[in-house]
Amino acid sequence: MTTDLERALRASAPRDEEPIDIAAIAADAGLLDVAYTVTDAPIGRLVLAHSDRGLVACSYDEEDVVLDRLARRVSSRVIRAPRHFDDVRRELDDYLAGERTTFTMPVDLRLASPFGQSVLEAAREVAYGHTATYSSIAAALGNPNASRAVGNALGANPVCIVVPCHRVVRAGGDLGGYAGGTDIKRRLLDLEAAAAAT
Amino acid sequence: MVLPPFQSLIDAHAGEVSRLCHALAGPNDGADCAQATWLAALRAYPTLKSATNLRGWLLTIAARAAIDQHRARNRRAIPVETVPERAVAEHHQHGDEIWAVVRTLPERQRHAIGLRYVLDLPHAEVARSLGVSPAMSRRIVSDALATLRNQWSQK
Repeated sequence: MTTDLERALRASAPRDEEPIDIAAIAADAGLLDVAYTVTDAPIGRLVLAHSDRGLVACSYDEEDVVLDRLARRVSSRVIRAPRHFDDVRRELDDYLAGERTTFTMPVDLRLASPFGQSVLEAAREVAYGHTATYSSIAAALGNPNASRAVGNALGANPVCIVVPCHRVVRAGGDLGGYAGGTDIKRRLLDLEAAAAAT
Repeated sequence: MVLPPFQSLIDAHAGEVSRLCHALAGPNDGADCAQATWLAALRAYPTLKSATNLRGWLLTIAARAAIDQHRARNRRAIPVETVPERAVAEHHQHGDEIWAVVRTLPERQRHAIGLRYVLDLPHAEVARSLGVSPAMSRRIVSDALATLRNQWSQK
């Protein structure tokens, strides 16, 4: 049975209070282990995240997939904090406009396996406007037969674009796969070729 | 222990935490209470042993934060000869009068009334949050309602 008093309690309970900035509370207390944002880049939607070590995700995957991965592998304190990404977004925009060839932010590759990390480090050595092949990376890592494993490791790149896995293609001119789709891989390579030529 | 990303708690429960804090700590301290709640939750989250009742866990932190806020305010209060108007009737928003009376109830009663009537939690959940049996929780709520009815009818 609901009494008038209970009705009055419910009716006058506070509603819609001013939201508070929980990301700022976490950052001030040193508890913002993983900040993230979803951004609309000219090449599509990207999920960006950074840890205390650097940019830990730049992903074409769905937001909830990336967040679960971060919560499992980095820290459960994953919080949306768009304002922490102004510099990253600016650099990405400049890069995608053909006005930037390198990124300045540190990168945290801990979402990749140990083998994946060595592959991605090798991909970072491929200069803007250039390409390498899966087999050349495999050979550089001392295992010429590992080109398929190299392809898989690049396909699982957690920090796309900034770690330029798109610069690694198949021997013979075929583009190979790409997490964001081969159309985007083509666009990035064309963009770099055009900007490098000027 | 695999816990969901903390952001999912914020998305699901930030509104509830704020409402509970404003009801139990009052309009002047509600925002501070919500802030204290989230800070405590952030600190403790990675050490949680179970992800089965995150809402209850968070709301319990909020109810306790409101009680801490209340105690801190009472400690700060300095007795004076004449009582200023504002100390008697803290700034009420429209309709807050009955909740101002709730805030004078004993701590457990306040906690229970908040969960029950701000957030409509069932007695089983209120009991879990208070760490008592459901029968005890019903008793706490009905005692609180009896006091409220008394005080309210005198207004």
